[in-house]
Amino acid sequence: MGLLSGPEADPAADAGWGHDHDRKGFFTDTSICIGCKACEVACKEWNHNPQDGNLQIMGSSYDNTGSLGANTWRHVAFVEQGKDRIEEARETGRKLVSLGMPSIGPRSGASTPGGRPGEDLSRADTAPPDTPEFRWLMSSDVCKHCTHAGCLDVCPTGALFRTEFGTVVVQEDICNGCGTCVGGCPFGVIERRDDGTVAPKGQRGRVQQDVPNKGTANKCTLCYDRLVEGEEPACAKTCPTTSIKFGDHDDMVESAHERIAQLHEQGMTEARLYGANPEDGVGGTGSVFLLLDEPEVYGLPPDPQVPTKDLPHMYRTAAVAMGGMLAATALAFLGGRR
Amino acid sequence: MANADCIIIQGSNMAEAHPVGFQWVMEAKARGARIIHVDPRFTRTSANAHKHIPTRAGTDVVLLGALINHVLSNDLYFEDYIKAFTNASSIVSSDFQDTEDLEGLFSGFDPETGSYDTDSWQYSASQEGERVGDASTFTGRDGSHYTSGHAGASEAFGAGGPPLEHGLPERDETLQDPHTVFQILKRHYSRYTPEMVTETCGISRADFDYLADSLVSNSGRERTTCFAYAVGWTQHVGGAQFIRTAAILQLLMGNVGRPGSGIMALRGHATIQGSTDIPTLFNLLPGYLPMVSVGEHDDFAAYTDSIGRSEQKGYWANSRAYAVNLLKAWWGDAATAENDFAFDYLPRLNGPAGTYQTLMRMLDDGVDGYFLLGQNPAVGSANGRMQRLGMSHLKWMVVRDFSMIESATWWKEGPEIDSGELRTEDIGTEIFFLPAANHTEKAGSFTQTQRLVQWREKAVEPPGDAQSELEFLFDLGNRIREKLKDSTDPRDRPLLDLTWDYPVDESGEVDPEAVIAEINGRFESGPDAGKPLTSYTQMTDDGSTSGGCWIYTGVYADGINQAARKKPRTEQDEFAHEWAWAWPANRRILYNRASADADGKPWSERKKLMWWDDEQKCWSGPDVPDFPADKDPHDPGDTDAGGPAALAGNDAFIMQADGRGWLYAPTGLVDGPLPTHYEPVESAIPNPLYPQQSNPTRVSFQDRHNLNAPGTSGTHQDVYPYVFSTYRVTEHHTAGGMSRWLPYLSELQPELFCEISPELAEEVGIEPYGWATVISPRAAIEAIALVTERMTPLTVAGQTVHQIGLPYHWAQGTHAVVDGDSVNDLIGMNLDANTQIQNSKVTACTIRPGRRPRGKARQELVEQLQREAGLTLSTGDTRVTAPDFPEGTHPEDIDLSTGETIEESFDLPAHHRQGPQSPGLSEDGKHEQGGEED
Repeated sequence: MGLLSGPEADPAADAGWGHDHDRKGFFTDTSICIGCKACEVACKEWNHNPQDGNLQIMGSSYDNTGSLGANTWRHVAFVEQGKDRIEEARETGRKLVSLGMPSIGPRSGASTPGGRPGEDLSRADTAPPDTPEFRWLMSSDVCKHCTHAGCLDVCPTGALFRTEFGTVVVQEDICNGCGTCVGGCPFGVIERRDDGTVAPKGQRGRVQQDVPNKGTANKCTLCYDRLVEGEEPACAKTCPTTSIKFGDHDDMVESAHERIAQLHEQGMTEARLYGANPEDGVGGTGSVFLLLDEPEVYGLPPDPQVPTKDLPHMYRTAAVAMGGMLAATALAFLGGRR
Repeated sequence: MANADCIIIQGSNMAEAHPVGFQWVMEAKARGARIIHVDPRFTRTSANAHKHIPTRAGTDVVLLGALINHVLSNDLYFEDYIKAFTNASSIVSSDFQDTEDLEGLFSGFDPETGSYDTDSWQYSASQEGERVGDASTFTGRDGSHYTSGHAGASEAFGAGGPPLEHGLPERDETLQDPHTVFQILKRHYSRYTPEMVTETCGISRADFDYLADSLVSNSGRERTTCFAYAVGWTQHVGGAQFIRTAAILQLLMGNVGRPGSGIMALRGHATIQGSTDIPTLFNLLPGYLPMVSVGEHDDFAAYTDSIGRSEQKGYWANSRAYAVNLLKAWWGDAATAENDFAFDYLPRLNGPAGTYQTLMRMLDDGVDGYFLLGQNPAVGSANGRMQRLGMSHLKWMVVRDFSMIESATWWKEGPEIDSGELRTEDIGTEIFFLPAANHTEKAGSFTQTQRLVQWREKAVEPPGDAQSELEFLFDLGNRIREKLKDSTDPRDRPLLDLTWDYPVDESGEVDPEAVIAEINGRFESGPDAGKPLTSYTQMTDDGSTSGGCWIYTGVYADGINQAARKKPRTEQDEFAHEWAWAWPANRRILYNRASADADGKPWSERKKLMWWDDEQKCWSGPDVPDFPADKDPHDPGDTDAGGPAALAGNDAFIMQADGRGWLYAPTGLVDGPLPTHYEPVESAIPNPLYPQQSNPTRVSFQDRHNLNAPGTSGTHQDVYPYVFSTYRVTEHHTAGGMSRWLPYLSELQPELFCEISPELAEEVGIEPYGWATVISPRAAIEAIALVTERMTPLTVAGQTVHQIGLPYHWAQGTHAVVDGDSVNDLIGMNLDANTQIQNSKVTACTIRPGRRPRGKARQELVEQLQREAGLTLSTGDTRVTAPDFPEGTHPEDIDLSTGETIEESFDLPAHHRQGPQSPGLSEDGKHEQGGEED
C-alpha cells in the first residue's frame, strides 16, 4: 500500500501498474518563456476546451485568462517588476542556494539545451548581470500531476485515476461532479466545468461551441490520449522555445537541476526550482518548474500540502479520541456498577 | 541566427510578431550570445533580451549612423573585409555633394519635382562605359519629358536598382582619396556622435557604449553579430534608408555572408516573402524583374538593359534570359523571338500604382472594380476612414475571405454609417463575398523569412463553396477566356494566348505541383524537351527554355518537388539542405563567398563556412557556394565577357554590377546614396543635424481626410503633443481576419488597448485599465489604457517625449468574436518614396481620459482639434526647409499666414494630390503631373 505523503519512487507502480512506462512529466523553464501563449491555444485545440471569460481585459498585464481552471489547462502569467522587486527576488534566491537547495551541483561546461557537443562556450558571457531596471516575467502554469495527488486521493467515485505514466486523469464518464477534488487540490488546479457556454460581451452570442463534459471536474490530462499513442502533449509540442519540455520525470528533474546550476553560474541567483523536491508537501510534482522569483509572484502556493498528508495524524487523533470515548464509556459503566 | 554571438533586434518585436523564428534567438542566447533590443517599447522581445534600450521612434539612422561613426573614427571596422568585398575604395564623381555641404540635401535635388537627378551620385569612371539604359530622363507616351529619378519612380527598377553607369569604377585601395566611398562615409557621419544620439534618440551614453561595445567585441574574424528588423524599420518615410544604415554597418564590421551574420528581414505572414518573390506588388514581376514602365522600357532590349546589361558583371547580366523564360512560361508558343517573346503583352506602368494611389483614384471615381484577396484595407491600411470612403466610390468589389471582414461590411455597419457620413441606401458599390479556403484546406508552398520554400499538403477539404485562390483564379481565367474566345481585338490576345492548361482533380482544384513545375521551368526544345530545369544557369534567351521565376529554378529539379522534402534535422547537418528548398539554388546563407578571405581561406576556424579547395579547384564547405563554384579567388575576371565570367575571385556580391557590397549606393535609391537622418513628417522636434527637417522625397496626398499635424511648423504643436506607433501582438494576426473570429485567440486579447507610461497617465489623468481616447488629425478612437513601466518617457532636445503604443487588430463590426476601434484610422498617408510604404510608426496625436463621442460627434471632435491646430491641406507638407534651396512651387499655397480658415480650405476640391510625388492617371488616360491639376 502506498504512502500518503513523502518521497515515492514510482507512483504508477504504487497504483498497481507494472513497470512498462517511466513516469512522465513536464519541465517548464520560465526563464526562456516568451509569453506567446501558444501552449494555451494548442491545449484548447487538442482538448476541445471552451473559451473562457467574458472577453474583457482582465487588468493583469497581457494575461486575460487569469488562472488554471476547468477550461484553461495551460495558463501563462505575466508579471511586470521594477528594480526593487528584482533585487528582492535575487536575494531570496541567494538564500535558497546557500541553504543547500536540492542540486547536483554546478558542472563545468554545463550542457546547454540544444547546444552542440564540444562547442566552446568559454567566451560566453557569464558575468553576473547588472540588476535591470525592469523585467517582465512570463510563465506557463499547468496541473502538477503530484506524486501524492490530493484530487485523486479524495475522489469518492474513483473517477480520478493514476495512469501508467504516473499522471492523474479524470474519467469524465465516471465523475459525478461532486466537486470534492476541487477542495482537495492544494494548487487550485482542478475545477468543475459549469454549463461552459460561451458568453461573449453582452448577449451577442456569436460563438457557438460544443462544450464537452459539462458539470464534471476538468483539468490537464498531460494529453493522456496522445501519450498512449506515443505522442508528446500538445503544449510541449507547440512551444517554440522549448520552455515547456516533456519527457521522463527523472530526466526532467535532472535537466531542471542542470539548468538551475547554469543560471546560478551566470549569477542569476533569483532562479529556483519548484516541485522538484520529493520531500515537499506533495512528494514532489510531476510537472516541475524553474521560476525567477518566489512562487507567490506567479500565483503558486509556496508550500503546498496534500490533504491526505494529515491523515495519519487525523487517524491517530481519532484513535486517541475513540480510545478516550471507549475509556469514558467503560468508566461510566464501571462507575455505574458501584 | 543561432550561430550569432550578438543579436541586435531593432525595428522589430520579434518575439511577439515572429515567435517561431524567435526560437533561434533563444537558441543563440542559450549558446552564449548577447541579445539587445532597441525599441520604443519594452515588449516580450525585450523581456527575453539581455538589454532593452528605449529609443524615440524614427531616429534609427542617428543611432546606427553614430555606430558607423564610432567604428570609423576609432578604426574598429574589419579592414581586410571591407578592402576585399566592399566598394570602400571606389571613387565617386567629384560632382557629388553631400548633405553636409547642402544642409541636409544631396546634390541633384530638383525642388520643382521634389526628386533627385542621380547623375552626380555615380562612381567616377576609369574606363568610359557607354551609357546604356540611362534611367534619368525618358519620354512619356504623350511626348512629355519627365524624370524617372524622381521620388515615386522606384517602380521602374527591379531588385538591383538601375544598372551602374560604370561597372568598373576607379579605386584607391589606400582609402585616402577624399572622393573614395570610405572618406565620403567618414565625413557624412562625422556629426553622428553619442551626444547626438542622446539628444535625438533619448538613449543614454552608457546604453550607447553598451551597444557599441557589444557590436565591436562580437564582430571580426572570430565572432559575428546579426541584426533583425521588421516593419519597425520599413514603415517609416525613409524606411529603406534605415535598413541601408544597418547594411553599411554590417559591411564595415564584416558581418555579411558569414555564419551568424547578416540583417534578417523578418517577414510578417506565412508567405509574404513568397509574395515578393512571385509578387503581388504593382512594380515587380517574378524574380525581382521590374514591371514595365511607359517611356523607359519601350522595347524589350531597353527593358532588359535597364535591369542588367549583358556586358556588366554578375548575374543580372543574364536579365534577358530571365525575362524571356518568364514570358515563355506565360505565353508559351505565342512568345517567339520574332515578337520579342510577347513582351508587348505585358501591361505598362505610367507611375506608381500602389494601394494609396489606387485609393486616390477610387475617390476620383477612377476605379470601377476591386478584388480583395487576403486583405482587409478597411482595418489594415493607413487612414482606414479614407479606405472605406474610397470603397464607397466603386461600382463593384469582390471580397474573398473566410471571415466576414470589415472590408465586406463597412457599407452597413462601418464607423461612417454610425456617423452619418455614409448612408447604406446611397452606396452604389455592389459587393460580392466569396468564401475562401484557408491554409489547411489547400496544398501549396509557403516561402518564409529565410527564403525556404516549404510545401504543405491539404489536410481537409474546404467547407461548402470555399475555394483555394488557385482554383478561383483558374476558374475566373477560364470564364473570361470563354467570353473572349471569338474576339479579334488585339488587346484580348494576352489573355487568350496565356498558357492556361493546368490539370484539375475531380473537385476542380488545380494541381499545385503543376504550378510549381511551371515556376521552376523546363526545356522547351532540344533533346531534353519537357524536362525540368535544375538551375537558372540553364536558362537561355532564345526561347528554348521557360521558367516562371528564375530564382525558383531548381525547386522542381529532376521532376521532384524539392520544397516537399522533410528529412528530420537529426538525420542531417545544421544547414539541413534536405529540408524543403531555399532560393536560389538551395543556398542557405547568401553571399557566402564572403565567409572566406580574399585568398579563399576561412576568416577563422570558429566562423568557417565556405573556402577555396585548391586541390579540387572548387569552393567547398557545408553550404552551397553563392559564387561560381570553380572560380579561383585570385581570378581577375574576364571583364570583356560580362556576366558571371566577369566576376573577379573576390567579387562576393555577385548581383552587383561591380561585385562589391555597397557602403555607398550610387544607384537604386531615390532619396540619397547614403542614409541621412530626417525627422518624421509630424515630428515636433527640430532636426538636430540639418536645416532640412524631413525627407524631401516623401510621397504625400493632400486631402481633407488626410491632414498632417503641424510638426515644427505653425504655432499649435500643443494640440497633438504625443506620438504613437501601431503594431501587432502575438495573440492576433494583422487586421484580425484570422484571429478575431477565433474564440481561443480572441479570449487572449479581447479588447483594443493602448500602452502608456505611468508618467503620461498621470499627466493626462488616465486610470490604469480605464478608457482613453486617442485623437489624431484624421480620426478619434477609444481604447483601454494599459499603464505600464514598459513605456518610458524620453528626454529629447530638452523636452519630454511620450510615446503611445496601439495594436491595430480590432475593428468595428458585428461578425467577429471581439470588436473595437480601428487604430489605423488615425494614421495619415505619408509614404517612403522608394517603396511606397506608409509611415505607421510615428504619428502625432493627443490622448484624453474617457470614451470617445458617439455618432456624428466623433468626427466633430476630430475637426474641432483640427481647427485648434489651424490645420490646412498643406500643413506639415513643406518639402524643403533647407534655406538655400528655394522651393519651386511652394506647397504652402494655402498658407496659415493668409489667415485662411480651415473651413475655407475645405471648400477646395475634396482632395489634392501632392503633385510631383504621385503622378497618376487622369481620366483620359494620359500621364500627367499631379501638380498641374493643383
